[in-house]
Amino acid sequence: MPITRGFKGRQTETVGARDRVPPGQYVTRDFPVLTAGPTQRTPLESWSLSLQRGGELISRWSWKEFEALPQTEHTTDIHCVTKWTKLDTRWRGVTFDDIMKAAGLSSAPNMYVMAHCDGGYTTNLPVADLVDGKAMIATHFDNMPIPTTHGGPARLLVPHLYFWKSAKWVRRLDFMEANTPGFWESMGYHIYGDPWREQRYTNDA
Amino acid sequence: MATVAAFRDETPSVKTIAFAVSQWAGHLAGQHVDIRLTGEDGYQAERSYSIASPGGTAALIELTVERISDGEVSPFLTDGLALGDTIELRGPIGGYFTWRPENPSPLLLVAGGSGVVPLMSILRTRNKSANRVPGRLLCSSRRFEDIVYREELDRFAASDNSFSIVHTLTRGAPTAWRGETRRVDTQMLAKYALPAAQKPRIFVCGPTLFVETVADQLLALGHQETGIKTERFGPTGEKR
Repeated sequence: MPITRGFKGRQTETVGARDRVPPGQYVTRDFPVLTAGPTQRTPLESWSLSLQRGGELISRWSWKEFEALPQTEHTTDIHCVTKWTKLDTRWRGVTFDDIMKAAGLSSAPNMYVMAHCDGGYTTNLPVADLVDGKAMIATHFDNMPIPTTHGGPARLLVPHLYFWKSAKWVRRLDFMEANTPGFWESMGYHIYGDPWREQRYTNDA
Repeated sequence: MATVAAFRDETPSVKTIAFAVSQWAGHLAGQHVDIRLTGEDGYQAERSYSIASPGGTAALIELTVERISDGEVSPFLTDGLALGDTIELRGPIGGYFTWRPENPSPLLLVAGGSGVVPLMSILRTRNKSANRVPGRLLCSSRRFEDIVYREELDRFAASDNSFSIVHTLTRGAPTAWRGETRRVDTQMLAKYALPAAQKPRIFVCGPTLFVETVADQLLALGHQETGIKTERFGPTGEKR
């Protein structure tokens, strides 16, 4: 790799945690906010979560109904494609497995899901990356309701992929046959987004 | 790889660095690049920086970098690079916060501090094009000497009746200052933002809190959500 003359870097940030920091990432204790447009503010009374297949409704939960689903706590590291990594973030919500179960599905009807959000944001995900406890719809961060700027009242949490996949303000999960690209995936970002393989942009291997 | 070709001081803490780029496919106004620095021990740091130069295929691209005193990368870029040095530079990146001169909508740009950088790329692109659809830049800076691109912005404003520029200073103004002297608020946006009925294309770039505030207020003034593109940077202060 080409050495940058005179560059030393700080390095201290990642001491003791380097095996937890994917290539090209740096550790922050802050919680940066990245959003392509204004912050969404949907009142809980009009919030619902829908599970769909090809746009057809499978199941829908009001906020009250969704909060009554089994709750799972998860502490994990998160990695944003803009290069920051935040360690040991604490979330609570409903796993994708429990959402499927609550909808009466024993297996997924298709291999892919498009997540649709307030504000029109979308992101595509393989079902394999959502099941077996790998993903949840989170409603709490650090034991508090997720702030709207960070995607509250409910956001996806798929922490093993770059954080643009953990869509804020999620309202609809739609099973789909093909791996159709979502918002950022259509605008230069990687279709899958594995931080450990540094799959940031469309042509990354 | 990119080779450092020129430096220009913009303010006491902001510097423009021109890089000669080979095999540059060209960029759109508003896009950014990724920079990767590698130490002798193999340690690497990567960051994104907005492109300041106009969209197109020029052999030089300019980045304007604010020196963050406790930052890892920006002080090296502003103070550690010398002419002729090479660094790894990748891009252009980002397909959403972009503007093309054929866009027929009125243009509203709202900048907080060094958030003016990608907006300057838009403005420079517009200035080079035939696009004279009405537009405005509302630019918030701390003090007079912190206004990035001040003289060039003055020249744009003087040479183009279709585009106006309003400055506001949040930490004191010189005597005879004719701009605003407070943080951007609803009244200021009501006064200077183009009317919502004109459906302007809006770009807001700045520190996180600045962008949050401006975007919320633009919505309250009736601007369409889909017309507002935002880019936030910097800390949120939510440390734990």
